[in-house]
Amino acid sequence: MELICICCPLGCRINIEKNAEGFDVRGNSCPRGKQYAIAEMTAPTRMVTSSVLVSGGKEKMLSLKTDKPIAKSLIFDALATLKGVVVAAPVNEGDVIKADVLGTGVNFIATRSIEKA
Amino acid sequence: MLDCIIIGAGVVGCAVARELARYSSSVLVLERFNDVSCGASKANSGIVHAGFDAHPGTRKAFYNVRGAKMYPLLAKELDFPYRRNGAFVLNFSEEGNEKLKELYDQGVKNGVEGNVILSGDEVRKMEPYVSDKVVSALYVPASGIVSPYEATIAFAENAFDNGVKFEFNQTVKDVVKSADGTFTVRTDKGEFCAKTVVNCAGVHSDEINNYVSKTKEKIVARKGEYVLLDKAYGYLAGATLFQLPTAMGKGVLVSPTTHGNIIVGPTADDIDDKDYVDTTYAGLSKAFSQAALSVPSLPRRGIITQFSGNRAHNVTGDFVLGEREDCKGFFNALGVESPGLTSAPAIGQDLAKLVADRLGLKERKDFNGTRKGIKHFATMSDEERVEAIKQNPLYGKVVCRCEVVTEAEIIDAVTRSLGARDMDGIKRRTRAGMGRCQSGFCTPKVMEIVAKYTGVDMTQVTKKGAGSELLTGRKE
Amino acid sequence: MDKRNVVIIGGGPAGLAAAIGAYEAGERDILILEREPKLGGILNQCIHNGFGLHTFKEELTGPEYANRFIRKVKELGIEYKLETTVISFDKNKVITAVNEKDGLIKIQAKAVVLCCGCRERPRGGINIAGCRSAGIYSAGTAQKLVNIEGYMPGKEIVILGSGDIGLIMARRMTFEGAKVKACVELMPYSSGLNRNIVQCLKDFDIPLLFSHTVVDIKGEGRVKSVVIAEVDEKLVPKMETAREITCDTLLLSVGLIPENELAKQAGVELSPVTNGATVDDRMMTNLDGVFECGNVLHVHDLVDFVSEESELAGKCAAKYVIGGGFEADGGTKVETYGGVRYCVPQIIEHNDDYEPFPLKMRVSNVFRNVYLRVYADGQLVAQKKKQISTPGEMETISLKAEQVEALRKAKEIKVGLEENK
Repeated sequence: MELICICCPLGCRINIEKNAEGFDVRGNSCPRGKQYAIAEMTAPTRMVTSSVLVSGGKEKMLSLKTDKPIAKSLIFDALATLKGVVVAAPVNEGDVIKADVLGTGVNFIATRSIEKA
Repeated sequence: MLDCIIIGAGVVGCAVARELARYSSSVLVLERFNDVSCGASKANSGIVHAGFDAHPGTRKAFYNVRGAKMYPLLAKELDFPYRRNGAFVLNFSEEGNEKLKELYDQGVKNGVEGNVILSGDEVRKMEPYVSDKVVSALYVPASGIVSPYEATIAFAENAFDNGVKFEFNQTVKDVVKSADGTFTVRTDKGEFCAKTVVNCAGVHSDEINNYVSKTKEKIVARKGEYVLLDKAYGYLAGATLFQLPTAMGKGVLVSPTTHGNIIVGPTADDIDDKDYVDTTYAGLSKAFSQAALSVPSLPRRGIITQFSGNRAHNVTGDFVLGEREDCKGFFNALGVESPGLTSAPAIGQDLAKLVADRLGLKERKDFNGTRKGIKHFATMSDEERVEAIKQNPLYGKVVCRCEVVTEAEIIDAVTRSLGARDMDGIKRRTRAGMGRCQSGFCTPKVMEIVAKYTGVDMTQVTKKGAGSELLTGRKE
Repeated sequence: MDKRNVVIIGGGPAGLAAAIGAYEAGERDILILEREPKLGGILNQCIHNGFGLHTFKEELTGPEYANRFIRKVKELGIEYKLETTVISFDKNKVITAVNEKDGLIKIQAKAVVLCCGCRERPRGGINIAGCRSAGIYSAGTAQKLVNIEGYMPGKEIVILGSGDIGLIMARRMTFEGAKVKACVELMPYSSGLNRNIVQCLKDFDIPLLFSHTVVDIKGEGRVKSVVIAEVDEKLVPKMETAREITCDTLLLSVGLIPENELAKQAGVELSPVTNGATVDDRMMTNLDGVFECGNVLHVHDLVDFVSEESELAGKCAAKYVIGGGFEADGGTKVETYGGVRYCVPQIIEHNDDYEPFPLKMRVSNVFRNVYLRVYADGQLVAQKKKQISTPGEMETISLKAEQVEALRKAKEIKVGLEENK
């Protein structure tokens, strides 16, 4: 598999293949690149950010993020749990909006405070 | 039974409507778009030509000179932007001097006063950014500029305030003259009956004529592409800078607009699809590079938008105006291409008079020929601004930062007579979104105001009528 | 007329940091003027994460990053006016602003910090021919519609430009169920971060087409398709490669333009390269007491550097007021060479009683294995080795006290890029 390394602006094109001992990594210029490539192969994760509707607030939308990275394969399922969610104002930054998303232990938390209208 | 149906709410149709409103009459304007001034009337050079250019003896020459003289007063009565800024016809060659003299003589014959031929250096003294390659020029002090869509809107609003009705999104499919001499106008949505019909349908005016008249007409859509520059480059031209005309038209001009931008164009390409107003890569490049002959320092980076309009070119060359011999009660304003904008007020007067005479209409005593436009915050003095905000605090809320348009103006644009119903309508009435960011910042807020004051959901707000919704839905 | 010591025009990341900088330098009479209903500027709509790594050593979303500064501004009791638009500004530092409550206000400032940010380059700026239908948005407008207003601007999307905003919107629209069909980039490289290319495009198999552009937009009411084509080395489209992509929306992420209209009005001298003011190392423009920082000065890629730069500008504005002006002799102009397009500051003052500062620059192409070098009167003062340097990434050279001193004394300063030999 070919990857673009995101560790620095170099953006090395890394080739990674599974082999008997683990992984054969080529094209990286530094150890961080190797680590990144292996992580991407074994357990890629992403922070997910989105937004949900707010009722009775000074603003219409509340922005959210996962408080920890979530498995890349779960991104869309995690987002789906936010469908139809309407949060009543007031909201404080850091409030848990959706706890333990898909049983991962990861929460969607508010990234801004919204006062009551 | 209506007295008159006017087909087309461009500058000619609206000028006719406003003049007909002087008479006791029931008048309906049918327009296929969602607003007035949606065809060539919104996409042209915005020049009030002095009248040196049309061949003496033509209707173009006659109406041009007469129309041009009407503009200063009309602009006051109807409160739309107009300015007499003068024009130069730039000549780049020794051979051109003769042609320039011919133009001068033609101007004299047409009754245009004040023209003079100047040397290149004299021109550059007045217009310092004009090319060194300019040898001489005809200076035309009587030439002016107008905001063409605002003039059209002003005519329409004033007509509306005096009782003329408007129906939008009505595409005329057929016109039939009945045995009793009345007309039935069929649109894609219904039927309308009137004693007379005035055909102001622009590029489609031949089709309208050909429904009822045996004397067939042919209109060719002549596309003109333009580019518009940021106001920051407004200093590049004070007067309108024409180039010596060619067979295809007046050439490419560089001119200030009434709002201080620089307009460059038009190209002139005859096209088959009359409704095809997309700009083209070739057209835009051509317009720009040709204009750079007049003003070499014209900056490409100053371009903020491009647009194009299709002029109704009559293959016989002149305007066709008046009642159809073989179809009494049917009147044409056909082939009204340049100088059509300039001529429109005079055409409106004459056609309205013909209709009134045909129907024996009487002039009304209660006609009110004045109209107040939207009070533009951007052009107020600070004292006026203080007062405006005191009267209406929403004048203190700037929505469009580039053109300094306030919420009060946008609400006025929607709620006034024949108000805007879409984003383009707001743009033409208030200039919100017409500035250097081209509506990047103000779109959401303007949409919200349009939705609120036209009573629709945000997702139903359109750019220019049904089918041009800006949003595809709510976020789920 | 109201009299104020430091007036900051714009309450986005630059304005907030400038205000805090001015406060920390001892100034108390500070006023921020912001046209939106809340502080924070464009960060409020940048709900994705990736902000603050440099400043706070943690990854924040835009609203969170903004809030750290907003909270501080509020804690310090710095005054601000919201929904207040500055409509004019002159060389005597008289500001005219309007809002609903106060009407028209005139303020005589001792120092002004311009923190007006930038705008997105519109379609007109890149001459894309075609229809003028609904469905053509700049990426930031679409971002605001989705993240702030809660509406979808389209379902099937093509993005022109692979700058970070375009990339971020590719992911954002995908998250909301839209189909992003392609991201088209005129240049043979992206000006966006690798991380965004990976996590916003690659993760969702969105094709990134380099050396391509949009040559036509088709549609009537709404966009129906766009035509894209490859471009040659001179960036001219090769029409024989043209192909049509069905879509209802074109998002443009084709560059940011500093909003210097007020600056121009007042007579601030602008750099034709950055489109921002020409400033000295105190971030002061050619107008005495008028400072500029953040994206209005030059477009940054990381907000952290906007904050840093603006804090310096705010500090200097405060010092200017407190000290009753600056002693200045015009300084030495910083010249650039060899692939360095610009360097901010453009002028380094000779007086040494001011703040330390970094040199920030952008290069004109992709360079590998190079040195960024700073010379004072022919002597190498500072250098930075770069394995890669791209136009998309702002380069910063931090300066130690003795390096700053060397530059202050210099009659000739050169900043450039040299091959690693």
